Amino acid sequence: MSEPVSALPGFQAHGLVDLAEAGPCGMITLRGDLGLPALAAALQRELGAAVPGQRRVVRGQRGAVAWMSPDELLLMVDYAEAPRLTSALEAVFAGAFVTVADVSDARAVFTLTGAQVCDVLAKVCPVDFATFQTDEIRRTRAAQVAAALIRDGDEAFTLICFRSVAQYMADLLATVSAPGGEVGLYAR
Amino acid sequence: MSLRLPKNRQPNGGRLIDRAKPLEFTFNGKPLQGYVGDTLASALLANDQLLVGRSFKYHRPRGIVASGAEEPNALVGLGEGQRFEPNQRATTTELFAGLKAISQNHWPSLEFDIGAVNTWFARFLSAGFYYKMFIHPRPFWKHVYEPFIRRTAGLGRAPDAETRDADRYEQIHAFCDVLVAGGGLAGLTAAMGAARQGKRVILMEQAQFGGRVVVDGARIDDRAADDWLADVLAALLALPNVTLLPRTMVAGVHDHGYALGYQRVADHEPGADKPRHRLWRVRAGQIINATGAIERPLSFAGNDIPGVMLASAMRDYLVNWAVVPGKRVVIVTNNDDAYRSAIQLHEAGITVAAVIDARPEARGALPARARALGIRVIEGTAIHHVAGGKRVTGVALCRQDGDGGAISEHIACDAVGMSGGWSPVVHLWSHCGGKLLWDEAGAFFRPDPARPPLGHDGQGFVRALGSANGAMQTTDVLADAASAFPAEADDLPGQAIEAEPEGPLAPVWMMPARAQYPLRMKMWLDPQNDVKVSDVQLAAREGYESVEHTKRYTTLGMATDQGKLSNINGLAILADALGRPIPQVGTTTFRPPYTPISMGAIGGEARGAIFQPLRRTPLHDWHEANGASWEPVGHWRRPYCYPRTGESRHDAVMREVKQTRDSLGLLDASTLGKLLVKGPDAGRFMDMLYTNMMSSLKPGKCRYGLMCNENGFLMDDGVVARLSDDAFLCHTTSGGADRIHAWMEDWLQCEWWNWQVHVVNLTEQFGQIAVVGPNARKVLETLGSDIDLSCEALAFMEWRDGVLAGIPARVFRISFSGELSYEIAVPAGQTRALWDKLIAAGAEFGVMPYGTEALHIMRAEKGFIMIGDETDGTVIPQDLGLNWAISKKKEDFLGKRGMERPGMTSADRWQLVGLETLDGSVLPDGALAPLESVNANGQRQTQGRVTSTYFSPTLGKGIALGLVHNGPDRMDEVIDFLGEDGKPVKARVCDPVFFDKAGEKQNV
Repeated sequence: MSEPVSALPGFQAHGLVDLAEAGPCGMITLRGDLGLPALAAALQRELGAAVPGQRRVVRGQRGAVAWMSPDELLLMVDYAEAPRLTSALEAVFAGAFVTVADVSDARAVFTLTGAQVCDVLAKVCPVDFATFQTDEIRRTRAAQVAAALIRDGDEAFTLICFRSVAQYMADLLATVSAPGGEVGLYAR
Repeated sequence: MSLRLPKNRQPNGGRLIDRAKPLEFTFNGKPLQGYVGDTLASALLANDQLLVGRSFKYHRPRGIVASGAEEPNALVGLGEGQRFEPNQRATTTELFAGLKAISQNHWPSLEFDIGAVNTWFARFLSAGFYYKMFIHPRPFWKHVYEPFIRRTAGLGRAPDAETRDADRYEQIHAFCDVLVAGGGLAGLTAAMGAARQGKRVILMEQAQFGGRVVVDGARIDDRAADDWLADVLAALLALPNVTLLPRTMVAGVHDHGYALGYQRVADHEPGADKPRHRLWRVRAGQIINATGAIERPLSFAGNDIPGVMLASAMRDYLVNWAVVPGKRVVIVTNNDDAYRSAIQLHEAGITVAAVIDARPEARGALPARARALGIRVIEGTAIHHVAGGKRVTGVALCRQDGDGGAISEHIACDAVGMSGGWSPVVHLWSHCGGKLLWDEAGAFFRPDPARPPLGHDGQGFVRALGSANGAMQTTDVLADAASAFPAEADDLPGQAIEAEPEGPLAPVWMMPARAQYPLRMKMWLDPQNDVKVSDVQLAAREGYESVEHTKRYTTLGMATDQGKLSNINGLAILADALGRPIPQVGTTTFRPPYTPISMGAIGGEARGAIFQPLRRTPLHDWHEANGASWEPVGHWRRPYCYPRTGESRHDAVMREVKQTRDSLGLLDASTLGKLLVKGPDAGRFMDMLYTNMMSSLKPGKCRYGLMCNENGFLMDDGVVARLSDDAFLCHTTSGGADRIHAWMEDWLQCEWWNWQVHVVNLTEQFGQIAVVGPNARKVLETLGSDIDLSCEALAFMEWRDGVLAGIPARVFRISFSGELSYEIAVPAGQTRALWDKLIAAGAEFGVMPYGTEALHIMRAEKGFIMIGDETDGTVIPQDLGLNWAISKKKEDFLGKRGMERPGMTSADRWQLVGLETLDGSVLPDGALAPLESVNANGQRQTQGRVTSTYFSPTLGKGIALGLVHNGPDRMDEVIDFLGEDGKPVKARVCDPVFFDKAGEKQNV
């Protein structure tokens, strides 16, 4: 297998926030009845994580699970681990109405950190950051494209978007975090 | 003359300016001086620059009338080059060092304007002039009238076409419980009340915090209003749940508590490394409309002469900027408030020659104080006319209740302050449908609390407070505002307020009340657009009854100020002319934005590289580095072709087709939609989505399928691969992936919600490379794979999973070119690696990448249709000879019933054929085949059109696909198509498959 290449390897920008592309990340879409006992058992066994509640992210020993919709989870693991885990879960749910798909390569992942991170994200995402808790996920948009946001801490977010718009996302975030654009809405 | 009072004469005046910080600026190139804290308007007045522009129609001299957003006259061109902007309001433009302003709508100069001759013809330029004049003769419209109107339209000149806005803009999304529009006494009080209840509050103020409270001279909690204001602002700033936004206007209120705020972040410091404007997109639980009130002008002859301004504006200029409009002032009023201006001017040492009061008696506290100060008050009197040209020289008086026949007195003066009462600023209340009441006592429309704009829950989500709610007296303003968010403790600031009470006003819509025509045609309602009392009356006589129609006929209130000063006066005149009460005539519609906002703010950050998202395939960088000539496909860019140095696009395309047909070509097919459809009911779902039978497809096999909408029209096509018993992979067109994904989800979520099917969009998970040509198998075998690629093991329309060149891959043996062809799907992050290996391994076969045009030519040579070329939303599969792909066994599928309607089964439908020109030339794209006959509109009837047309390098001639009436029955018939030059081109109807009909090339 060739070395995996993320959408914008090594991209970084520093303005009102520190912005970086996270490199290859393993991601698996899992759709099905989130109340299935087998599903909870599989997540516990494979990742050491419980099934997350609405808009929550549960971080296990071997990966994290994010709630995407009432019948969809996003599993986040090491990139190299994703194909094996996909196969393992497909085997577990063979015959059940559960769909597992490796989407690691479909996405680009950015990290944003800094005291003004909420103000910067609020410029492009219609999200109320005052009620956005750590380990929460929001599926939203960043300006003109779809995005998911995970709050990793007070001043740290992970942003996930489609791979094809990674360059747009990088340019967009760098633009709205240019110095001089301080807002003072969340960061006071 | 207007002037700035020296500090020793007005120690408390000029509260907003810093006399220690002078600023240089220019007006029409003339160097002038102002101070930090000035507006452009106050600085112009300080320099006795009374004349600031010319009116739209008559080019009349125009002076500053107001002190805020309602200003109709003082519009200037601001800045230069990439920062030039026309129609900027001087009253809301903060002065900065080096500001350059120019006046508008005059030639050759502001002082001497040829266009002013229009005023001599005013009698002929009355209401509806444009409609009456520019109608006949009809042909004149295009060649004479329109060019003329275009040249004279607009006040300011547009920025030069070559310039690009030098500034950056942005937007921000914000959420709050309470959005307060207006930071005056009412807004600040409401914000404080809401904040103390723990609500999240955003307060936006467009101009000065405090509004009119300081200017009106109220005392609050036994302190001067200025001190109270400083305390309240400090207290609000200290609250973590309050966001105070200066220089920010609530531009519009929209459904569901959505409001737009327009923040002028850096207008006052051009060139600063900041966004110039920021558009706030706010979701608010409740919106407080605390936008105050605007003073109305009075309608008397000559009320447009520079030097005539609002009485309240005179007070603003005096208190805020230590500027007075003249040395000898006359105030004309129908209410007590204007006496505040007279008293303050008097106390500043300005001669107030008289207060002309239209009321028979003026006996309130304020008139009494004015009299006590020695100011002459003349009751029951009107201004007959104002004397002067480019500035006021005096006024002539007459009885208010007469017809203006007898002038009682002349008074010399150099400025006139007028006050016709106040109108609440109800715009934000009205944007979402809040209704208004006519307030007889105040003679204004105010919000009807029983009919607010309603939110999703049927409850009102806007509340008007203070003057905007019709509470005109300062004490009432405070009481009204404090009632919105009552405090439990009684420690709210502003508990005790002292302000002089005002007596009742008398509605005065015209001065004198029964003025004759010569006076009425000099009474301006809308000084920017030159709409006069006589124009509105003429409109009424001509049968205009609706205020909305009258507005458009006369242009009343259609200027850039949108009638902030003129609307109420105008509709009062209309009501009088129609003999109806004012509330029956009603108001025109208030629409956002309150004042114009910049296009930059609306566009936000979306310009340049991020104007629109550009989708890039994993091979985008390679294409770019290898000279791709791009073509937009949806938001993607795909290589149209790869021209080599010195090679034309056409030549490149020809080369790419030839190489692929002869040996080996590569295509980046990553943009194809890839939708995983999985679940126990997947087969049933697929059978409904596609016209053909998909449930019978075996795992490991592929099938070409068509998707129609409910009407039977073809909307997408592509190859479906059955992955397993319960899973299909649907390839969609490049532009169709998201649309078809949404289409599938729509049916699953809304109609077939109990079907067990999941759809996952895997479009971007995989890069896909088409390996095409006689040497396709050889090059893949060179790369090494655990998949048996032989003709027998991997037959046409089959797929296999495996490893190719060390990369996990899914190999589809499918062909859109008629050649031996494989499409290889690999994880997006490894697509470039595979591409590089294919380029390297293909070198021995002369491998070349090919673009979308070569793809199109090769598919057209094979007669394959393309969604968007052969289809346009009105084409059904049967039109394209695709009956073979429509299942007759299935009970139902989307579009089945639509296809059975008479129009779809008609024998007269245009159908797909091939077209060969007799001379081998290429037909123009979209060319029509005209008939001799004409339709009811005299247009030529047609019998067909070209849907795809190319020069085929394979066949050495032009080929085309087209839809032709009864086409398949007319093989070998020659019909005329219109060529580029309008001359007919003869083409022979033929089979749409031009090349290798037997499919020998792909079955190897």
